[in-house]
Amino acid sequence: MRRYRRVAFLLLAPSLVLVALFVYGFILWTGWLSLTNQNDLFVPHVRFVGLANYLRLFHHPRFLIDLKNTLTFSLIFIPGSLVLGLVGALLLNTGVRGEGFFRTVFLMPMALSFIVTGVAWRWLMNPSSGLNLLFSALGLGFLKSGWYTDPAVGIKAVALAAVWQLSGYTMALYLAGLRAIPPVFYEAAEVDGASPWQAFRYITLPLLTPVTLSAVIVLGHISLKIFDLVIAIAGISGGPAFSSDVPALFMFVTTFQANRFAQGAAISIVLLVLVSFLVIPYLYWSLRREVAE
Amino acid sequence: MKLGKWSAGILLGFALAGLALAQGGKLEIFSWWTTGGEAAGLFKLFELYKQKHPGVEIINAAVAGGAGSNAKAVLKTRMLGGDPPDSFQVHMGHELIDTWVTTGFMEPLDQLYKEYGWEKVFPKGVLALLKWNGHYWSVPANIHRANVLWYNKAIFEKYGLKPPKTFDEFFAIAEKLKKDGIIPLALGDNGIWASTHLFETVLIGTLGPEGYKGLWTGQTDWRGPGVKKALETFARMLDYVNPDHAARSWDQANDLIIQGKAAMYIHGDWVNADYLAKKFSGYGWAPAPGNYGVYDALSDTFGLPKKAPHRQEAIWWLELVGSKEGQEAFNPLKGSICARTDCDPKLFNPYLQWAMQQWKTDTIVPSLAHGAAAKESWLAAINDTMSLFVTNKNVAQAQNMLAQACVDAGVCTR
Amino acid sequence: MRRRPLFWFFVYLALSLLAVFYLVPIYVLVVNALKDYREVSVEAMWRLPEHLSLASFAKAWFGDPGTGMTGLGQNFMNSVKLVVPAVFLSVLLGSINGYVLAQWRFRGSETLFFLLLFGMFIPYQSILIPLVKVLMALHLYGTIPGLVLTHVVYGIPITTLIFRNYYAQIPRELVDAAQIDGAAVMGVYRYVILPLSAPGTVVAVIWQFTQIWNDFLFGVVITNKPDVQPITVALNNLAGSFIVEWNVQMAGALLAALPTLLVYVLMGRYFIRGLLAGSVKG
Repeated sequence: MRRYRRVAFLLLAPSLVLVALFVYGFILWTGWLSLTNQNDLFVPHVRFVGLANYLRLFHHPRFLIDLKNTLTFSLIFIPGSLVLGLVGALLLNTGVRGEGFFRTVFLMPMALSFIVTGVAWRWLMNPSSGLNLLFSALGLGFLKSGWYTDPAVGIKAVALAAVWQLSGYTMALYLAGLRAIPPVFYEAAEVDGASPWQAFRYITLPLLTPVTLSAVIVLGHISLKIFDLVIAIAGISGGPAFSSDVPALFMFVTTFQANRFAQGAAISIVLLVLVSFLVIPYLYWSLRREVAE
Repeated sequence: MKLGKWSAGILLGFALAGLALAQGGKLEIFSWWTTGGEAAGLFKLFELYKQKHPGVEIINAAVAGGAGSNAKAVLKTRMLGGDPPDSFQVHMGHELIDTWVTTGFMEPLDQLYKEYGWEKVFPKGVLALLKWNGHYWSVPANIHRANVLWYNKAIFEKYGLKPPKTFDEFFAIAEKLKKDGIIPLALGDNGIWASTHLFETVLIGTLGPEGYKGLWTGQTDWRGPGVKKALETFARMLDYVNPDHAARSWDQANDLIIQGKAAMYIHGDWVNADYLAKKFSGYGWAPAPGNYGVYDALSDTFGLPKKAPHRQEAIWWLELVGSKEGQEAFNPLKGSICARTDCDPKLFNPYLQWAMQQWKTDTIVPSLAHGAAAKESWLAAINDTMSLFVTNKNVAQAQNMLAQACVDAGVCTR
Repeated sequence: MRRRPLFWFFVYLALSLLAVFYLVPIYVLVVNALKDYREVSVEAMWRLPEHLSLASFAKAWFGDPGTGMTGLGQNFMNSVKLVVPAVFLSVLLGSINGYVLAQWRFRGSETLFFLLLFGMFIPYQSILIPLVKVLMALHLYGTIPGLVLTHVVYGIPITTLIFRNYYAQIPRELVDAAQIDGAAVMGVYRYVILPLSAPGTVVAVIWQFTQIWNDFLFGVVITNKPDVQPITVALNNLAGSFIVEWNVQMAGALLAALPTLLVYVLMGRYFIRGLLAGSVKG
């Protein structure tokens, strides 16, 4: 048996080596880079500069805006996707006829690239066309907006497109969660004379809590990493006054256009730390729970 | 990126491979001229080249998109990977010098300058921008002017206006037009460089040509009163621009002039080509306010990479690019003037004839927004500053960021 | 529970409103992409085309030599050349890893699994700079094989997860029985696991296909020559240039979306399973 396990380990080895190098090795490399002065295409004397790149970052107006934008984005994107997902899942779970059709439609955006979504929404949110035209025609002129071209809206417009694209994900999660609730629970509640609202409030919602938690973690880490959609809607400059800019885009431009590699590395390490705070406890918890079962 | 040691080995390997391929009689020209008059001009040069060197096969390695940013990214990989084209388009000044010359990727061209007497036909201001460490590194194909005020003639006639020579005159006119519901100044900065472009004309107008040039050498203080004044003037100007400027591109801003919705537009002279293409003739031009006697120049140049696979063919190309014949063929199509001062004005449209006249007498300064004045990373930092400033108009914050950018660029100490 | 007609009325109303929300962007893409050039105008964005025309699709695919615009056709093919080997290799590795982690747990295997999974969540920005340097050193930078390698490596965590969860359902007795018959580790994989792998493999293939086809970040960083770029990157360049009419951009977006949409519509069930697997606890 022990020999078998050794063979089994050998089978894992290629993947382990690749991930060790390309994930953990590269992260260490990036971490080191972020502590040096390599902020140009060619730096004759590479020096260790401590946390200088990080200190600069937290005094950089653009980065502070980016962090604020990330927060704004999450506050629209996460609750928006949760609510829309839950509503959609509850509706689909009523046993309505045509469920398959509606489900297919609701989840379709998930199959699209952010860039495709971006092309569609950039035109929908163009100030002189798209939604604004529709609002005018429907007598809803007060809803008209400059969308991503208005510095006061910016990232909120991007978040709207993100809700469109990813609420199908929470819907799928909730639907699976709802289907996993044994019908006897509801039967018992009905026998006890509970109203549908009480059944929802005291059975459905509590049993969906783990699903909500998973969704929040996954959506939260998407909020931190969002990049493609911003480029596709607001363009590479992140919109007027960086109103749609996010850390991932700032990192991209800093690194690959301005050649400030150490600075770009610092941004990405900050991102990594933020994502880790979210994901590591969650992964740990999931695997623990699995072992316990 | 520190590519130092191992890339040197790779470069050597490619150089040897390049030698073996060099007899083919080929010429690979890299540019981002893929559309309209630019492409037409490039093809015209190819045609002339083929007449002179019929045996050489020309490979057009043009890369489209992003106003040259795609092309620059491709070029970066090719150069670092030891696979340079025979010659490539690059903006005159720091875009070339800091990226490729100081790093040892280019061959000096002093021999060509001597042989063809180019030191006598290119203006001194241009020669200074082409020179680094006592050598010449590229050949300018054309000159564009950045600091031009374009205006709608009908509006100016209706209100009996003359192009403003100073900022005070500009603001007087702007106030008058604004009261009447006309957009005084058009701006289209969905590419933020357009704001930087406008700001550079304000810097020139405020600091004067010498003060402006000093910004790039550390002689003019970024924290000083001059830059502060320029930012204040620029902020005031922004009160008179179209509110949807962030949604418009430079040519969409120009449409406001064509439609008679806006009166003035401070932008580069590719605007002229846009008017001609859109068959609009009701426009006039003058130097931007405060910019009289100063020619804010940018230029597309071609250089010779050290590892060019077809060195002789590339040298023939550079000879053509710098020649009177080449420049006279290329520039009327491209919508720019010759870098040489001896081109025949009759070949050019009225605006370009005016520009050629000024070219001979004005003080030449390098354009910031178009790569001549500062290296790419410095320009990127200034663009960032502008992106914030056009919305929040926070002078102190912007001045601080500009000063920091100069320090980061290694030019200033505080 | 019996429900009143009014209940169903509101359910259908709500479902229809949601459907409109999800279909509006698709509607705009399709309607405008099908319009003739003469019909295209910003004001008429919502109107149905009077004459159906495929001219925008043709222009998006073939480009327009007159204005120097390159078509998306070659980039579509680049994406195909990228996706096929990348999906094959990452699914193969995931299957092997999943098998070992599900059926041959050893001390520390859970920790290794945790470390693998973390690779799925990292912001790729934190590995981009070294990645570019290493690919340059390997002469793979700017090439499709370089992009294949990248997607294979960073696809390992999710494919491993999908297969591990899937193989965990295979009863241990089957494995034990095969061992008694003399099959070793590879033998069990070959004769027991592989024949049962079809559903899990479909999930993994569809998931990876969608992810890699839709990727933008790796594409834009690793391939910068337009003739090597995958379709998402080329589409973004097309959409970013103001020379290209917007109905052509929309036709381009549909071309880029077509393969994944097709797979989704035909095999949506498996796609959703992959989706759920991504939240770790399937």
